[in-house]
Amino acid sequence: MRFSGPAIQTPAHGKNHVFKDIEHLIRLAAVMAIGLIAFIVLRAAVVPRSFGQYGHYRGAAIAEAAAHPISYAGHTVCEGCHTDVVEQKKLGKHVGVPCEACHGPLAKHADDPASVTPPKLDTAVLCARCHEANSAKPKWFPQVVTADHSGGVACDTCHQPHKPRIEDEKTAASGRKN
Amino acid sequence: MQIPVEGFMYPNEVELQWSVLIVLYPYITGLVAGAFILASLERVFRVEAVKPTYRLALLTALSFLLVAPMPLQLHLGHPERSFEMYLTPHRSSAMAMFGFVYLWYLMAVLLLEIWLDYRRDIVLKAQTSQGFTRLLYRLLSLGSNNISERSLRIDERLGYFITLIGIPSAFLLHGYVGFIFGSVKANPWWSSPLMPIVFIFSAMVSGIAAVMLLYMLTTHLRTRTIDMRCVDTIARYLLYTFVIDFSLEMLDLLQRIYEADESFRSLDFMVHTRLWTSQVIIQILLGTVTPIVLLGLTQVLTLTDTARKRIYAIAGSLTVVGIFAMRWNVVIGGQLFSKSFLGYTTYKMGFATREGLLTAIVLMILPFGILWVLVKLLPPWPDAGSLPASGTTPAHGTT
Amino acid sequence: MDLSRRRLLMLLPAAAVAWKYVEAGTPESSPNYKLTDHWWAMLIDIPKCIGCGSCVRACANENDVPEGYFRTWVERYHVSDWKIERPEVESPNGGKQGFPPNEESGGKNFFVPKLCNHCSDSPCTQVCPVGATFSTPDGVVLVDKTYCLGCRYCVQACPYGCRFINPKTNTAEKCTLCYHRITKGLTTACCEVCPTGARQLADLKNPNDPIHEFLRTHTVQVLKPHMATGAKVFYNGMDGSVR
Repeated sequence: MRFSGPAIQTPAHGKNHVFKDIEHLIRLAAVMAIGLIAFIVLRAAVVPRSFGQYGHYRGAAIAEAAAHPISYAGHTVCEGCHTDVVEQKKLGKHVGVPCEACHGPLAKHADDPASVTPPKLDTAVLCARCHEANSAKPKWFPQVVTADHSGGVACDTCHQPHKPRIEDEKTAASGRKN
Repeated sequence: MQIPVEGFMYPNEVELQWSVLIVLYPYITGLVAGAFILASLERVFRVEAVKPTYRLALLTALSFLLVAPMPLQLHLGHPERSFEMYLTPHRSSAMAMFGFVYLWYLMAVLLLEIWLDYRRDIVLKAQTSQGFTRLLYRLLSLGSNNISERSLRIDERLGYFITLIGIPSAFLLHGYVGFIFGSVKANPWWSSPLMPIVFIFSAMVSGIAAVMLLYMLTTHLRTRTIDMRCVDTIARYLLYTFVIDFSLEMLDLLQRIYEADESFRSLDFMVHTRLWTSQVIIQILLGTVTPIVLLGLTQVLTLTDTARKRIYAIAGSLTVVGIFAMRWNVVIGGQLFSKSFLGYTTYKMGFATREGLLTAIVLMILPFGILWVLVKLLPPWPDAGSLPASGTTPAHGTT
Repeated sequence: MDLSRRRLLMLLPAAAVAWKYVEAGTPESSPNYKLTDHWWAMLIDIPKCIGCGSCVRACANENDVPEGYFRTWVERYHVSDWKIERPEVESPNGGKQGFPPNEESGGKNFFVPKLCNHCSDSPCTQVCPVGATFSTPDGVVLVDKTYCLGCRYCVQACPYGCRFINPKTNTAEKCTLCYHRITKGLTTACCEVCPTGARQLADLKNPNDPIHEFLRTHTVQVLKPHMATGAKVFYNGMDGSVR
C-alpha cells in the first residue's frame, strides 16, 4: 500500500478514508474466510473416500457389513455330508426342520468336521421348546404338556428326533408311503 | 430388567435413550433465543425502556449458547465423531441441519453483534490495559483500533442489520429444536406441527424471564437501583408472550383430547400418573398459570415498586422452573410410553454418571460462570466505571 | 464323514465355492453378487409361528447381540373379544427362551415375530445426521458402526422399536437382515433355524422367488401401515390388534 499511496490523489483520499473505516470489518471477513477455507481443506482430507459412492453414506460400510463371520452353516451344507440323516428325515414330520434349529450354530463344524464336533443335545429341554403346550401355538401344531406326557423322561427314550412318530418305526419296515 | 415396566414395552424400548441432558439442550437453547429476542426488542422495535438489559441479554445469550452443545456432546456415544455432523451433514436430518443453524447463529449473529456493539469498548480497553488483558483485547479488536465516528456509525448500521437477521435466526434456532421433536412421526407425544411454535414462544418466555431475573439480581449485587420502567416493560412483554405460549399449549392439548386418536388413551394415562407432578402441578399450575396470574395482577392493580419487584422475582423464578418442566415433559415424557401404546417404562436418573443429575447441575451452573467472565471482560452496564472516561455517551444503543 | 464331505465338494460345487468365500469372510469376492439385482424383504407367516424363540437365539448367536437387546424378538398376543383394541402382549426376554404356558381365558392367542422392517422410506435413515445409517441398493437398512455418533435419534424415529444402542460399541444397532449371509446365497440366521418356516427371506427382484405367488394369493399386511414407511417385512394372517 505504501507505493500506491502517492499515486492516488485527492479523489482517492475519500475512498481511502472509507476503506480505513471498514478496515476492521475487512479483517473480520478475512478471519472468517480463513476459517472457511480451513474447514473446506479439512473436510476434503477427513471425509472417507468411499463416502457418497452409493448414497449419503460410506460405501465401504456395505462390504464391511457383509464381512461379518457366519455362525449358522445352513442346512444345505449339512445335507451335503449327512446324507443318511436326510434320508431318515424324509420319512418323518421333521423333514422341514432345518438341522441347526436343534443342533445350534455349526459353521465351525462344517468348516472343520474332524476337530469341531457338535455337542450332545438334551432332548428333554430341546423338544419342549417347540412342543410344550401353549394356547398361543397354532392348533395344527403337535403339543404336549411334558409333565403329564413324559414326566421328565428324555424324549428320545421313545421318539427318534429325526423321525419322531413312534408308530413310524414299527411300520417303516412294512413299506409305509408317507 | 431392573427398570420397572408397566404393561408391555417393545423390548428395546425399556431403556430411555435421551436423558436429562437432552432436557437441558432445548432449555438452554430456549434461553438463548429468548434472551436474544429481548435484546432485539430494544434495537429493532425501539423499546427504549428495556435498554439497560440490552447488553446483558446479549451476553446471557452468548453464555448459554456456548454451553448449549455440551449436553449433546456428553450424551453422544462417540463425541469424538460429532464433527461428522459438519463434514457429511445429512440434508434430510433435522439434527444435522441444527448444527448449521447453531453455527450460523453463533458466528454470524450473536458473536458479530456483540463484537460490533462492544468494539469501541474493546479498542479503548486495549489501549488502557496492561499485559495479558491488553493482548486479549488487542486480539478481540483484530488489531484494528479505528473507532472514528464514521466507523462506529457503520458498525451501528451493520449491527442493526444483523439484529434484523438475528430475530428470524433466533426463531429458526429454537423453532428448529422444536422441529427435531415435532418431526418424529413415530412418537405421537412429539409429532405435532405446533411443536416448533410452542418451542419458540416458550423460549421467549424463559429467556425474557431469565434476563429479567439476571438484571434484577446483578443490579442488586452492584447495589444500584433497579430501573422500574425497564422491569415493568420486560414483565409486560413476559406476560404477553406467556399468554400466547399458554394458549398454544392449551390448543395442542384440547386438540389431542378432542381428537382422542389411537395414542390418546396411553398418553392420557401417562399424564395422569407418571407426568402428573411434572406436567400438571409444576409446568401448568405453578410454572404457567401462577406467573400469568401474578403478572396479570401487576397490570390491573396499582402496586408499590417493592411489591412489583417481589412479584416479578417470584413470577420470573416460577417461569424458568415451569419452562424447564415443560422441556422435561416433552423429552422424558416422550419416552416413557411404548410406541405400542400398551405400556410404560421409568426414567432412572443417575447421579454422578456421565448423563446424571450432577452433570446436569454443572452444565446449568456453567453458563453463569461464563457470563461472569464475559461481564468482567465486556461490562454490560451503561454506567460501567471501568470504561475510560471519554466523556461521550456509550456508543451502543439506538441512534 | 470325510468321505461324505468329499462328496459334497463333488455334488455341490457351487455351494462349496460359495462356502469357501463365506468362510474367508471376503464378500467382495463372493461370486456373482450384484447389489442392484436384489431387493430384500421378509415374509412372516403368523399362523405358522409356534413361539419357540429359535429365531431370537439364532440371531443373538449369529450377530453377537448383547444380552437384553434384540434385533428380532417374538411377542405373544392375547386378544379378548371385548377389547380388540387393547390386546395383552408380552415378550419375556424377547421370547428368547420361549413362552411360559398361559391359561386360556377366551379370545385368541398367537405369536408375532418382530424385526427391522427394512423400510424403503425409513424414518431412521431419514433422521441420521451424518449418514451412518442407510438403505443399501439391495434394500437393506444398515448401520455403519465406525461412523455412528450414537446420538440415538434413529432409535427415537423407528416406529417399531427395532433399534437400540449397543452398550459395547455405543453405536446404534439393529437387524442387518443377516447381510453377511444373504449376499452369499444363504438365508438369514432366523429363517435358517425356523422349524416351521414361519419366517421366509424374500428377494422381490427375483422373479422366481415364491414370495410373488404368495403375495398374490394371500392377505398380507405390514406393521403400522399408517406410518407409511414402506415396510418390507410382510405379515400373513396378522390380526388387526397387532401394533
